[in-house]
Order: sequence, then C-alpha cells, then structure tokens
Amino acid sequence: MSAVEIIVFAAAALLALAGAVGMASARNPVHSALFLIANLVAVALIYLLLLAPVLAALQVLVYAGAIMVLFIFVIFFFVQPSQKHETVYSLPAQSALAGIVILSLVCLLIGGLFLGGAFAPPQTLSAPPAVDTTSPQALGVVLFTKFLLPFELVSVLLLAAILGAVALARSPRKGGEG
Amino acid sequence: MQPIVTYSLALSAMLFAIGALAVLARRNPLVMFMGIELMLNAANLTFVAYARELGQVEGQAAVLIFLAVAAAEVAVGLAIIVAVYRHRRDVDADAASGMKG
Repeated sequence: MSAVEIIVFAAAALLALAGAVGMASARNPVHSALFLIANLVAVALIYLLLLAPVLAALQVLVYAGAIMVLFIFVIFFFVQPSQKHETVYSLPAQSALAGIVILSLVCLLIGGLFLGGAFAPPQTLSAPPAVDTTSPQALGVVLFTKFLLPFELVSVLLLAAILGAVALARSPRKGGEG
Repeated sequence: MQPIVTYSLALSAMLFAIGALAVLARRNPLVMFMGIELMLNAANLTFVAYARELGQVEGQAAVLIFLAVAAAEVAVGLAIIVAVYRHRRDVDADAASGMKG
C-alpha cells in the first residue's frame, strides 16, 4: 500500500463512516438521504482503490443516482417541511438495547476478522491475478458466461418489481377492486 | 491478506453495524429502509474486497447482480411505504403494527 493509497483510503473511509453515522442519527429524513449519498460516493472511491472502476461508476450511477433520487422523491411527497420529527419508541430503552446489539455485532465481526488471520501480515506475496480485474471486458465475459443464469433471473426480478411497485403504489380506485 | 483488503473488510463490518443500528433504533420507515441499503452496500464492499484479494472478477460480477436486486428491492419497498402512508397518513413504523396477527 503506497502512501497515497493510505491517505485516500483513510479519507474515503472517514467520509463513509461519517455519512453512515449521519444517516443513522439525522432527525430529518432528507438529511439522512444526503448523508447516505455521501457514504455511497465514499464507498465508490474505495471501489476504485480496490481496482473495480466499473463498479465504482455503477455505484455512483445506480445507487447515488437512481436509487437515492427515488428515496428523495418519496420523502418530498410525504414529509411536510413543518413536520416535527419525534422519536417515540415502543420498547423502553430501545436505543440503548440497539446500541448494545450493534456493539456486540461489531465486536463479533472484527473479532472474526482478527481470529481468521486477516490482520496477520501476508506470509507470501500473492500471485499476480490471472485476469485483469480492472478491465470491463473481463467483468463482461464472466457476467455473460458464469453468471448468465443469475443475469437472466435479474431481468425477471426487475420485471416483477416494476409490476409490484405499480400495483402497490397505484391509488385505490373508488368502488373498484383497487 | 493485503492491508487494503483487511481495512476494507473492517470498514464494511462497521458500515453494516451502523446500518443495522439505523434499522433497530429509528422509527421512520424511510430511514430504516436507508439502513437496509447501507447494510447491502457494506456486503457489496466485502465482495469487492475479496475480489481484489483473490484477483478474480467473479466477486465484482456478483456485486453487479446485487445492484440490480437492490434496485428492485427499493422499488417495491418504497411502493409499500407509499401505500402505508396513503392509508394511515402517518410516518411511524409502529403505527403499521396493526397488521400484526
């Protein structure tokens, strides 16, 4: 890891964490969405460092672009500007309980990484990759050979999602079956 | 393991936990849904990190599929949230607990 890589990774990781914490703690859902966009862009930067430029571009286009626009549309439809954003919990001490659960989750995941030897220095220099992982061509070849069945299934899934979304979000017709 | 892969995995664990926190501790369904997106994104980061570690593109191809699945999930999830809002004029996840059996 070169010095430049370390600096860029640290900056992107800090931005990603700040975005995530901001998303989880912002009162206003619009602020949450904006924080999440910052997080997604930072993760796209990390994809670049991990030699996946195609995914970095798609992350910005699909996630930070399309999906978050959808979120913000829905927020603007249904959240009034003057609305008070209160948090009333159904369980007593729900935040504290959630915090404990999350803390143990982090300990579990990081501890698993540690026990799995992820933090140990690499014993051998890893062999040079057989394919160029940065090239869109290699990705496309794998997508249309090894991942052909999931790829086709995704098209069916997207069709089902479109139909489901239209059927669910349609305003109920008066007197009709809705 | 290459250091950058290790750091990415640790970052992914933290992002996943924060996403889970948003789902558990928030009551606004939109913010809970964003927490789910964050968890999905953290899982994607793990796949890309291992693709880098193993020098293979299969992990990246899987992430492409997950991107499409996430888009479908968001479309249906937001439609459900819109339907609940329409019905109840309310923004609280607990308000929809009337659907409990």
